[in-house]
Amino acid sequence: MKFDTSGLESTASVFGTAGRELVDGFAAAAPPAFELPVTKDFDGFQKEAVQMVKPAKGTTTLAFIFKEGVIVAADSRASMGGYISSQSVKKIIEINPYMLGTMAGGAADCQFWHRNLGIKCRLHELANKRRISVTGASKLLANILFSYRGMGLSVGTMIAGWDETGPGLYYVDSEGGRLKGTRFSVGSGSPYAYGVLDSGYRFDMSIEEAAELGRRAIYHATFRDGASGGVASVYYVGANGWTKLSGDDVSELHYKYYPTVPTEASEPDQMVEA
Amino acid sequence: MSKQQARFEPYDFNGGTCVAIAGADYCVVAADTRMSTGYNILTRDYSKIYKLADKCLMASSGFQADVRALQKVLGAKHLIYQHQHNKQMSCPAMARLLSNTLYYKRFFPYYTFNVLVGFDEEGKGCVYTYDAVGSYEKVGYSAQGSGAKLIMPVLDNQLKSPSPLLLPALDAVTPLTEAEAIDVVKDVFASATERDIYTGDKLEIVIVNADGIRREYAELRKD
Repeated sequence: MKFDTSGLESTASVFGTAGRELVDGFAAAAPPAFELPVTKDFDGFQKEAVQMVKPAKGTTTLAFIFKEGVIVAADSRASMGGYISSQSVKKIIEINPYMLGTMAGGAADCQFWHRNLGIKCRLHELANKRRISVTGASKLLANILFSYRGMGLSVGTMIAGWDETGPGLYYVDSEGGRLKGTRFSVGSGSPYAYGVLDSGYRFDMSIEEAAELGRRAIYHATFRDGASGGVASVYYVGANGWTKLSGDDVSELHYKYYPTVPTEASEPDQMVEA
Repeated sequence: MSKQQARFEPYDFNGGTCVAIAGADYCVVAADTRMSTGYNILTRDYSKIYKLADKCLMASSGFQADVRALQKVLGAKHLIYQHQHNKQMSCPAMARLLSNTLYYKRFFPYYTFNVLVGFDEEGKGCVYTYDAVGSYEKVGYSAQGSGAKLIMPVLDNQLKSPSPLLLPALDAVTPLTEAEAIDVVKDVFASATERDIYTGDKLEIVIVNADGIRREYAELRKD
């Protein structure tokens, strides 16, 4: 009797992937099938659809490796065109207890593909009886994004984690790029964050110093970039997995870094007599 | 000069606004009942609110044909879930399902702007707000649609709760009572109707609490 794996199939296979060859019975191993619009001008249609739908984007995220592990920090603003659609977006996505992903670019694209990556990482654990490496996880994501290259996905993400080889950090984007590195910042506010991050970085910092550097870099980016703001979250990834170190409203951070000097009560400005 | 050819335009914009507020033991979702196309009003009596599960409702504005298709697809998926699991879908599960359903049409989107309301696993009210391609977030209140830009600042002013991202965490549920929340909703819609041509006619308010689901109507300006 053939081993019955029908209970492992997700209902997603009923819609869209029906009739596809199941690879070892795991329908989720194949990338999801997307129905495409029937049109001669696919790119023009996508451009118009994106302009009409205005998916939420805009951001500052950063991550860097240092002596004790990895620091990951991000703001929490999402903008749809010029409208701030949310000030409380979770841009640091918890893929599993020892790996984090950051969100920059299209919010739905990042959320969906990180969720999908989390599923794949879990399947890898079940199939191989050990955790997936950061190298492997970032490659899985990069290959998927490469296969959708040119179709208008907007994803600029960093995969940060701690595996058998120690701390790992990769930058992956929707053009199909994948870079290993020790220091990255992604998003519309990244130039400002790089300025603070690069000048303050040392490899041997304590966890508190590193977290403060990440927090300050995000704060300065939110100060100068209109598409970044909200709450600056800072996570630390160490040998025991990730922990959230802080979440501070950036307007409160402003007054912490630049406190207003109290002045004596003075005469209100004199109105010029006509 | 090249020949102008008739093209199939798959989308339309029917206007309308939806608002949702979550409380400690209730949630309120409201939408106006005007459906427009261009400068014409197609009907003054169109409900944008749909019941997905026992304690889970969705309100959607944007392109109502896509909204109707989305409601049917979610209803069908929920029915299959009930057959397979012998229970209703919880609100957080339905929220994830809606996100995935929207994203599966990433390259030919549902032109819908949704808010989902219901109760979370602890029995507290929750609101999930979406963009058109499925990015979603659990919030204490939300407005979507043509009047959202007029309404959200007022809700931020009246209901602003601490961000769930703050650490140490502060309690995020709005302290308003059910009656106060309904009053806020009526007030914001009255204001949005004044300045948004696509919002008006009638306001449909649905309140979900421990006693069940209740529906109220309020008149809005019809001009």
